[in-house]
Amino acid sequence: MTGLEVEIAGMRLRNPTILASGVLDETGKSMLKVANAGAGALVSKSVGLYERQGHPNPCVAEVECGLLNAMGLPNPGVEAYAAEIAEAKKGEVPVIGSAFGVDADEIAEVAALLCAAGADAIELNLSCPHAEGYGAEIGSDPDNVRHICESTKAKVSRPVLAKLTPNTSSITELAIAAQDGGADGVVAINTLKAMSICPELRMPVLSNRVGGLSGPAVRSVGVRCVFEIFEAVDIPIIGVGGVSTARDALEYLMAGARAVQIGTAIRSRGTDVFAEVCSGLTEFMSKNDYRSIQEMVGGAHHVTA
Amino acid sequence: MSLLRPFTIAEQIDEAASCKTMRFIGTLHADPGQFVMIWIPGKDEFPMSVSYTGEAFGVTYKIIGEGTQSLSAMKPGERVGIRGPYGRGFEVHGRRMLAVAGGAGMAVIAPLIDMAIEKGAEVDLVLGARTESEIIMRGRCESAGAEVHISTDDGTAGAKGLATDITSQLLENATFDSVCACGPEKMIAGVYSMSKKLDLPFQASLERFIKCGIGICDSCAIDGMHVCKDGPVFSGEVLATLDDFGKGRLSPSGRRLPLD
Ligand SMILES: Cc1cc2nc3c(=O)[nH]c(=O)nc-3n(C[C@H](O)[C@H](O)[C@H](O)COP(=O)(O)OP(=O)(O)OC[C@H]3O[C@@H](n4cnc5c(N)ncnc54)[C@H](O)[C@@H]3O)c2cc1C
Ligand SMILES: Cc1cc2nc3c(=O)[nH]c(=O)nc-3n(C[C@H](O)[C@H](O)[C@H](O)COP(=O)(O)O)c2cc1C
Ligand code: FES
Repeated sequence: MTGLEVEIAGMRLRNPTILASGVLDETGKSMLKVANAGAGALVSKSVGLYERQGHPNPCVAEVECGLLNAMGLPNPGVEAYAAEIAEAKKGEVPVIGSAFGVDADEIAEVAALLCAAGADAIELNLSCPHAEGYGAEIGSDPDNVRHICESTKAKVSRPVLAKLTPNTSSITELAIAAQDGGADGVVAINTLKAMSICPELRMPVLSNRVGGLSGPAVRSVGVRCVFEIFEAVDIPIIGVGGVSTARDALEYLMAGARAVQIGTAIRSRGTDVFAEVCSGLTEFMSKNDYRSIQEMVGGAHHVTA
Repeated sequence: MSLLRPFTIAEQIDEAASCKTMRFIGTLHADPGQFVMIWIPGKDEFPMSVSYTGEAFGVTYKIIGEGTQSLSAMKPGERVGIRGPYGRGFEVHGRRMLAVAGGAGMAVIAPLIDMAIEKGAEVDLVLGARTESEIIMRGRCESAGAEVHISTDDGTAGAKGLATDITSQLLENATFDSVCACGPEKMIAGVYSMSKKLDLPFQASLERFIKCGIGICDSCAIDGMHVCKDGPVFSGEVLATLDDFGKGRLSPSGRRLPLD
């Protein structure tokens, strides 16, 4: 593989930029727009078995260096969502279906339905920090993570990626559990549990009070997590959190990620961010004599601290 | 980026039956058609177009549910959180403009008329309402210099019928350089198809369920376009490409629903 192409768990991506779950992916046409803007793959909105409205407004709060959200996993239910996956597939890049649920059986069932709808791979949302009974609440325990990966692998034949939470004392334990459970890769990180208060109104801004922090503020946390996970597992890693430029993506690649996901940066850079990151990567590679992305993956690990 | 700011309510003004204008202490500049997210602490946060821009800015709202009811119960001196302005507003094209407003759509059309007249354009306004007591901001637009044509569904004021009826007569009998509309989407779709037949530049402000307001959550999507960022004002050229315009919307969960 040369140039920007990468391979992750058997999927070939034309470049290492992927749309992150929950951003511009409630509808197939928006995902298609992101694919047409240059993304190498798309992750769907996290969907469950049943329809959910999500948390009431306010469900986002802008802060100086990032964004808080507590969307609360709104989705129309996996059956209704199937049509959106079909539309997104017209973009001719891999579409990764993100699944959530209350337990291993429910998550595996959603994953199977996402595959039936055409998803090329599954991302397990073991990490949403603001929905009671879902995401990080079940994904912070290594045994749960292993069990959910096993159950999903038993039900689907496509690659399964585990998206992990940084809201834990050791994300590497979660990554090892995912690998033990048969996951084909890990995705790190989801948002950091956070809160914003309006002092004059004496109240947390988000209706859910607690939300997830994303954007530039979390990048250094994400890079550290990927670096640690890289030393602990052999399965591929996808880096997420605060990527908005090629340099940001390079930090993740050097830490050990084979690809990056981009979400919040779309707020300021629009969907052009995918093409911009790619052209920056190409420029960096030609200046520094790299012929492939793979040559850079884990590049920062030669130093022993 | 637009951080949340607290603003104190200066006054609440009754515009009509179940329609009020809220003015704030402080300044916020917005183009006609741009909106803010208003947060009533502990209750809800929802989008409102800026009906008065600049110093003592304001919004004009129709009371339709719990959120707008809570807004109407607030007193001068109390505070709300505001973020924005967001989105893209109207532009003034040509020397003579036809503006069509239905119901609370006037909240958006009124500042557009101010801007158009300030830029030297002539404006004819079709102001449609269900009944006389729901007509708002007529005086404001007349004193700004617009030629106002009223229509009510029940004939209690102006011509009896729909705003689209007078619009079609005006388009037949006079020459306009451009057409702008805000109101129920079915009305907008009607005005759009008339303007298209005459090849007139068209703009309209649309509504969809707003959550983030900053173009990332996809809640307000219409065929890959986002009401909160690409809109709420869309040109006729863009509307022509949207299959869901006048037809479909998303529920807050992302389920596809027919437009009501
Ligand atoms: C860009 C934009 C500008 C708007 N400007 C104005 C304005 O200037 N004046 C005015 O009277 N109304 C305006 N609206 C509509 C206004 O947001 C709704 O009337 C208001 O949110 C109703 O809240 P509620 O709690 O009283 O009603 P609810 O009982 O909660 O809901 C009634 C209906 O209001 C709409 N609504 C509720 N919450 C939202 C939301 N977060 N986003 C979009 N729609 C919602 C839905 O259609 C819903 O079915 C605008 C909407 C948009 C999208
Ligand atoms: C509005 C919003 C909604 C999100 N929804 C989801 C979701 O449904 N499932 C999920 O796994 N991650 C979700 N995330 C987290 C992102 O996928 C990503 O992990 C995180 O935002 C960090 O990346 P970023 O800084 O590039 O946004 C969401 C993030 C945002 C900002
Ligand atoms: S409201 Fe979130 S994208 Fe428009």
